[in-house]
Amino acid sequence: MSIIVLAEHSQNTFKKKTFEAVQYAATLAQSMGTSATALVLGSADESAMQQLGAYGAQKVWHVADSRLDNLNSRAYTKAIATAVEKAGAAIVITLHDVTGKAVAPRLAARLKAGLVAGAISQPDLSKGFVIKKSVFSGKAFSHINITSDKKVVTLMPNSFPVKKGEGTAAVEKLEVAFDDKDFGVQVKEVKAVSGDSIPLPEAELVVSGGRGMKGPENWGVLENLAQSLGAALACSRPVADSHWRPHHEHVGQTGGTIRPNLYIAVGISGAIQHLAGVNSSKTIVVINKDPEAPFFKAADYGVIGDALEIVPKLTEAVKKFKAEQAG
Amino acid sequence: MKILVCISQVPDTTSKIAFSDNNTSFSTAGVTMIINPYDEWYSLVRALELKEGGQAAAVHLITVGKADTEPVIRKALAIGGDEAIRIDTDSNDPYVIAAEIAAYAQNEGYDLVLCGKETIDYNNGVVGAMLAEMLDMNYVGFASKLDIAGGVATIHREIEGGEEVDSATLPLVVSCQKGMAEARIPNMRGIMAARTKPLKIVAPAAIQPLTAIDSFEMPPAKTGVKMFTIDNLNELVSALHNEAKVI
Ligand SMILES: Cc1cc2nc3c(=O)[nH]c(=O)nc-3n(C[C@H](O)[C@H](O)[C@H](O)COP(=O)(O)OP(=O)(O)OC[C@H]3O[C@@H](n4cnc5c(N)ncnc54)[C@H](O)[C@@H]3O)c2cc1C
Ligand SMILES: Nc1ncnc2c1ncn2[C@@H]1O[C@H](COP(=O)(O)O)[C@@H](O)[C@H]1O
Repeated sequence: MSIIVLAEHSQNTFKKKTFEAVQYAATLAQSMGTSATALVLGSADESAMQQLGAYGAQKVWHVADSRLDNLNSRAYTKAIATAVEKAGAAIVITLHDVTGKAVAPRLAARLKAGLVAGAISQPDLSKGFVIKKSVFSGKAFSHINITSDKKVVTLMPNSFPVKKGEGTAAVEKLEVAFDDKDFGVQVKEVKAVSGDSIPLPEAELVVSGGRGMKGPENWGVLENLAQSLGAALACSRPVADSHWRPHHEHVGQTGGTIRPNLYIAVGISGAIQHLAGVNSSKTIVVINKDPEAPFFKAADYGVIGDALEIVPKLTEAVKKFKAEQAG
Repeated sequence: MKILVCISQVPDTTSKIAFSDNNTSFSTAGVTMIINPYDEWYSLVRALELKEGGQAAAVHLITVGKADTEPVIRKALAIGGDEAIRIDTDSNDPYVIAAEIAAYAQNEGYDLVLCGKETIDYNNGVVGAMLAEMLDMNYVGFASKLDIAGGVATIHREIEGGEEVDSATLPLVVSCQKGMAEARIPNMRGIMAARTKPLKIVAPAAIQPLTAIDSFEMPPAKTGVKMFTIDNLNELVSALHNEAKVI
């Protein structure tokens, strides 16, 4: 009855979101009186994998096939299904990210398992296996009961705080019999957007600019603010459409959906299609010169005035705060 | 090459969201239903472009839905496509949707199945990958570009912090997002033609759901925005630290 959690890594680095998924699985396992096994696919270091024990994984199964270094939904599905069978597991946890979204549904179809995509709560076991998720682009929540014996859950990153505990997990090899068909998708080229900036979907803090910024030449002030906070940059659609900023920064109904702890919207009116991508953010700060801008209705904190005057001052205030924290 | 495009019906983005039956169902009263934007703007149009470019012989549209989805599927046909299939059932469980589509599609010899990155109502983004498993096809998600030559697809897909170019052999399921194509508006000729295009109604395979909606919930109303001025931004920063606890 144990739980399998897919422990994603990118080139051997386990990120916070993976620790979060492992801890989610371990917490659930504990409440069900069972244990969680982390599954690592592709080339990875033993010592890095052992660290997953500090987040509650009782053991780690490693499928050390380098063909798994790139996402392949068929091969990943086969690997997880093999682990499920070996462990006699009933529950599989992945992240609700590009990897999880390609693999978890495939696995659910194979196992005939009910799936909740984008969980933001632990299952409520008193009512069956009821999990909360966001629906209608953040405008409401639904509570979904998985009624089948086997269950697959994808966890929305950044839903739970991560606490590192003690201990290391023993790593065992898991053999999976792949065939050529499992690798019917081949990577030809990887275009990284930019080396060291924080990828938007997993950023905890986001600074975003709209048409109120007037032009790309003014983005320096937003970059400074983002840098002072350690935040990623985003923008509204017209900003990307006018090529002021690259398209991968565009958030909203047609762009990315993000759920950071803090979203600072500068010179963005707050159209419903924009809100669709950001209104699950935990805290929203709006800076706009128009007191009637609709975004203020969705905001927790607001400042009325000219962005080009306010943002540099806010950056100063953040730097001052950081200096005090450090000192 | 035969293409199947999965079309879902969703409430217009600007709809007011409300629930009935003790918060167990979505109230459609006064809500305008539209084609899911990812299906309309990206999957459907790219399928039509592939046909216009000579790579595809036929483009079929499929929806799982009751009779109330017919205006939406007719609108999709007005944008383009040779015929539509409606599987006459309704479900909130993505497994049921995928299994119903798979039950129909498995004997139809589709080489390429296109769906949207997610529906804007339940925000799952899972039907495509489920279908791929059920139809034993390759799958690539979140594609922003798709070309096909000699039975091999070249696809640009989103990855964390960038983009990857993949090559995938057919048969294949692709979930589509922005970049894939430019939205098209149905013209008069399309609307007239859609009236006479075949719309097949297929009895459901009666798949058992694996999940059930227990309830819906509205988020707590924002307690009101706290305003600051350019002169007290230090206090805003303190509030973000002490009150919101986000920095
Ligand atoms: C089907 C559909 C899908 C869409 N998808 C998306 C989407 O995914 N993402 C998205 O963002 N939009 C999307 N849109 C567009 C959306 O409706 C809005 O048009 C868009 O979000 C507006 O962008 P904006 O707020 O940057 O610009 P504007 O609406 O022009 O707002 C600019 C704001 O800046 C303020 N401002 C001006 N000068 C200053 C200054 N000096 N200092 C401070 N504030 C200032 C103004 O008061 C105003 O509120 C979509 C629209 C449709 C129809
Ligand atoms: N009822 C449906 N009928 C046909 N296709 C659907 C249906 N629901 C979802 N899809 C397809 O699957 C995609 C992803 O949906 P979802 O997994 O529900 O977010 C949509 O963009 C559609 O292409």
